[in-house]
Amino acid sequence: MHPAFSVIFFTVASGAGFGLFSLLFLADFFKLGGGFSQDQLVAGGLIAMGLVVFGLLSSTFHLANPKNAWRAFSRFRTSWLSREGVFAMVFMPLALIYLGSIMFDASQWLRVISGFLTAVLAWITVFSTGMIYACLKTIRQWNTPLVPANYLALGYASGSLLLLLGAVVAGLDTTPYIAMSALIVSIAAVLKAIYYFWIHSPGLSPTINTATGLTRAKVKLLDTGHTHGTFLTQEFGFQIARQKAGLLKVVVFVLGFALPGLMLVWVFNQQGGQTAAIIAALAGLAGAAVERWLFFAEARHVVNLYHGAQRC
Amino acid sequence: MRLGLVIDLDVCVGCHACAIACKEWNASGTIGPLSDYQPYGAEPSGVWFNRIRHYEMDEYPNNKTVNFPMSCMHCEDADCVTVCPTGASYKRPEDGIVLIDQDKCMGCNYCSWACPYGARELDRSSGTMKKCTLCVDRIYDQDLPVEERQPACVLTCPAHARMFGDFDDPDSAVSRTVRERSGFPLMPELNYNPTNQYLPPRRMPVIPVDAKPRGGLKESIKQFANKLVRR
Repeated sequence: MHPAFSVIFFTVASGAGFGLFSLLFLADFFKLGGGFSQDQLVAGGLIAMGLVVFGLLSSTFHLANPKNAWRAFSRFRTSWLSREGVFAMVFMPLALIYLGSIMFDASQWLRVISGFLTAVLAWITVFSTGMIYACLKTIRQWNTPLVPANYLALGYASGSLLLLLGAVVAGLDTTPYIAMSALIVSIAAVLKAIYYFWIHSPGLSPTINTATGLTRAKVKLLDTGHTHGTFLTQEFGFQIARQKAGLLKVVVFVLGFALPGLMLVWVFNQQGGQTAAIIAALAGLAGAAVERWLFFAEARHVVNLYHGAQRC
Repeated sequence: MRLGLVIDLDVCVGCHACAIACKEWNASGTIGPLSDYQPYGAEPSGVWFNRIRHYEMDEYPNNKTVNFPMSCMHCEDADCVTVCPTGASYKRPEDGIVLIDQDKCMGCNYCSWACPYGARELDRSSGTMKKCTLCVDRIYDQDLPVEERQPACVLTCPAHARMFGDFDDPDSAVSRTVRERSGFPLMPELNYNPTNQYLPPRRMPVIPVDAKPRGGLKESIKQFANKLVRR
């Protein structure tokens, strides 16, 4: 699959934003490390919402006809893309109610209920983002429950690293935040490792024989029938060399998981302080972006079978 | 009704006439235009509803070239319809034709990702997705003579490799042909239930040739000498 940068930016930024917001609610509810002040909570919430809004806006850049984008909320019952949009739109006012109830010292029950609902909606929205890809039967590398699991784990991992940065800047006791980040980042790393292991084996997938129905003999492409590329070759023809993909997987693990892990140790040992927390957050986001690029680059659509691939 | 095509892989000669006729009709049809990019340039490309590929099955000396026209299969369980977030993509309940409402499409490409047959192509000039309409603006046209109320590709095919009809009717020509010739759908394992069916290449009887005449003593010596000589 052709990796579109607007979609990569959208999924990474909105994932981190949704993760940050729901973990911010947890930090507020349990008063982790002494608890953020009102102003700090509102600032953190607005940063999270900013990430989500910028992500959603950038996602409209890959639309060829964005003037019809408002219609995307209409097929909630069947389309995961529509569901994602609807959930994100319901998330926004609830998040604003939560932040408002903090800012204007509203009653505790309003703050807790709106915060809880916002956190749940954030989870559901990121799950929907993953399901957009996981529900496609045409791409074996995506059609697995590991995909929404990866989207959730990586979104919450980058969100937790951003929250840790906030805790360091706010001068809170960082121990609970470090523990939370360490847990979520390790879960994300393990899930990603399982995913890479899973897509490595060919599995049960269509072949050029089932694609053409000529199943009793070897089939090979003689001619694609087009002079230059087509929409299909531009959208689905992208291929990445196995060696390059392997190298990028190392980058994902070093940048996305190992470096933030090392920085967590530094913050825990009171070394580096803010710089270490900033490096952890940026490395987490960069790792997620490389992971997302690879997620697209490694996906092989079955239409490639008609263009000569023996299996996908 | 469940309208669709039958494509005979045995007689298709790979002339691309169906693709040309399709483009000619649909460029000015309900879903047109079908934009071309650099039609006379170095990298000609564009939107087509019909694409013909050419394959070789088996290996020499049993090999055979198979010409393979493909267009929208008008699937029964069309994921391209269910994944569409705007409702632009729809399947007509009355005849099973899958269509795209050009006024609703936002050009997100998601339906093309869901289609395993590569039937959907984005038109860069209008920013909308386009696909085979089964010539919906032709097959119901009361102004045309009855025999011309068929998709342009079917009418034009010089080898009669394409048939159009109703698969819900077990006695229709398409249903009977598929039964008799063991027609098959493409990629059935994905469970899209495509309506269009393909007829396999026939097994042709081996054409008998006369046995090689014996050449006598002179020929035998020649052959023996040929085997001895190293070239």
